[in-house]
Amino acid sequence: MSSETKQILTTDGIPLEISLKKAERKNKIKAFLLVAPLLLFLIITYVFPIGEMFTRSIDDKMITNMLPKTFKSMEQWDGKELPSEEVFASFLSDFKILVENKKHGKLAQRLNKEKNGFTSVVKKLFRQVKRNKIDETQNIKEQIMKVHKRWRDVEYWQAIKRTAPPYTSAKYLKAMDMYLNEDNKIVQVSEDRRIHRILWLRTVEVAFFVTVFCFLMGYPIAHLLATLPMKYSNLLMICVLLPFWTSLLVRTASWMILLQQQGVVNDFFVIIGLVSDDNRPEMMYNKVGTYVAMTQILLPFMVLPLYSVMKTISPSLMRAGKSLGGTPFVAFWKVYFPLTIPGIGAGCLLVFILAIGYYITPALVGGASGTLISNQIAYHMKTTLDWSFASAMGLMLLGGVLVIYWLYNKLVGVDNIKLG
Amino acid sequence: MALPKYTETRYRIWHYFYIAICSLVFIFLIAPLFVIFPLSFNAEEFLVFSEGMKNLDPDAFSLRWYKDMVYGTKNPWGLAAKNSFIIAIFATLGSVILGTVAALGLSSRHMPFKGIIMATLISPMIVPLIISGVAIFFFMAKAGLAATHTGIVLAHIILGTPFVVITVTATLSGFDHSVTRAAASLGSNPVNTFMKVTLPLILPGVISGGLFAFVTSFDEVVVVLFLAGLENTTIPVQMWTGLREQLSPTILSVATCLIVLSTLILISAELLRRRSERLRGINR
Repeated sequence: MSSETKQILTTDGIPLEISLKKAERKNKIKAFLLVAPLLLFLIITYVFPIGEMFTRSIDDKMITNMLPKTFKSMEQWDGKELPSEEVFASFLSDFKILVENKKHGKLAQRLNKEKNGFTSVVKKLFRQVKRNKIDETQNIKEQIMKVHKRWRDVEYWQAIKRTAPPYTSAKYLKAMDMYLNEDNKIVQVSEDRRIHRILWLRTVEVAFFVTVFCFLMGYPIAHLLATLPMKYSNLLMICVLLPFWTSLLVRTASWMILLQQQGVVNDFFVIIGLVSDDNRPEMMYNKVGTYVAMTQILLPFMVLPLYSVMKTISPSLMRAGKSLGGTPFVAFWKVYFPLTIPGIGAGCLLVFILAIGYYITPALVGGASGTLISNQIAYHMKTTLDWSFASAMGLMLLGGVLVIYWLYNKLVGVDNIKLG
Repeated sequence: MALPKYTETRYRIWHYFYIAICSLVFIFLIAPLFVIFPLSFNAEEFLVFSEGMKNLDPDAFSLRWYKDMVYGTKNPWGLAAKNSFIIAIFATLGSVILGTVAALGLSSRHMPFKGIIMATLISPMIVPLIISGVAIFFFMAKAGLAATHTGIVLAHIILGTPFVVITVTATLSGFDHSVTRAAASLGSNPVNTFMKVTLPLILPGVISGGLFAFVTSFDEVVVVLFLAGLENTTIPVQMWTGLREQLSPTILSVATCLIVLSTLILISAELLRRRSERLRGINR
């Protein structure tokens, strides 16, 4: 059978297959053009800036641009003994340009971060250069070494060499309380200065327990909402939806009022005799406050997906389980519970993702022991202005969230997210 | 949920235990919102229930903090409310237009790379706000839009579109495409078909997406904290500063107003959802 005999033509004589493909392509372009404005907008204002966070977090070009000749001549240097005259000479010429542009202070600052003691060394050299004390026709190495004894110390030259690469992983290491030492090995900072690892662990811990609490509280009420007759469940649903629609700050404010030492919860504890009036426990500005407030705030995000799954489970399944001899508990555990697993997955992942990036509530009710990694990011963005460090921590957090997002997509599918 | 007569005692006990647990959780969810109401009418300036309030003494209650909210000297709430509404309205308009158009494309079965594009469009909802805040701040600073209304509106469009995309795609999933073909066969052009046929049918979804976008913008504080200057302060930013610094009962009056607003939004969202389900012929 030859293909020509089987070919079907459209009325204008074009083979049907080609004509269909053409129409298909046209439709594809049409659909894509509809999505294009939003996609472009998001790529420019959102996706690229996140990429920029990455370049910012590894960027270390400042010194690379300050000492170009030095690093070029250092390429030959083995880094074991003091560098050659050539390195000293090019360092001096780089340094003179910096002095002219009044940038030597920045150099000293950055080098001091790499190795303590650079500030005074650079300052001394600056004074000599300013007074034109260094004669370029003589041996420059000898002269510089005379300026300060540390210029005779090879460790300081090694430190300069370490700042040569335009990119650095230092910010990421710092976020895990580690740094690169003189021998280019990753080591941990001293124990009393390990603050970030505690924050990461606490963030995961808080997110995990908030998810568990939300699940333990959300499952029964989602079940009740799904099994009650419509007229009651609609009324009770308001208890879930009203907090959901209410401003986060309003809800945090109400927890601040409830949990304070003279607050309603403490009053209640005193009345029922749990604690004495002069010994009211501190429930805010610590982890307890963070847990309680975050659980209440995120609970609707657990209940809604659970409810929408439970709503589809026919009550006759439980009846069937019971009629086949299962006790209510067995019927629940063997029949009902497995059917709700998609909802559990959706709710838990949603709550976990939201909790791990929480900022406002921990900052207000968390105090020092209840703050999370997001608070640290905000602190570096707004107070220390170390934006590259904030970017590095932000991207590490994002990495974690994307893994969970990917899992979520695999298990539930993003297009299955239901809102209200 | 009446129990059948033959229920054994232990299951009966378990059932009441279960109801009790559920009631406690419902109280846990809703009660914090109701603490704010009485305290906002406090005559004193502490954020605790005074003895007078516990005894329901009428003198212990006053509208003092509401007056302070509206007429107080140097009070920031007027400007904040104005900014909040302006920003939220424009952000909602932007999100609804961009999001609805994108959802129309995404629901077409011809859409190429649907998965990855959908994931990108939804990502601002999933990425922690603090990271979005940092990224958007870098962009706005570079574009010279930091500390401007335009910058904040654009930022809120980014954060609001995912909600519109999700709700409108959901509405379109039950949409009968033969009606648009019918319109086309009757000689209507695509724009006319959209305005006269598609839009009225998906309108509940569009509006409820818009409500989400509005609330997102109206309630958003993290990104605004990065972007806003003194003139761009919004209600959430003012509340944030108030809660961190001087805890004045005026905040509670504002909070009460916000709860009333969210109740109104909840009612409209609920009505829309029911209407949408009716239009799509879903009966549950």
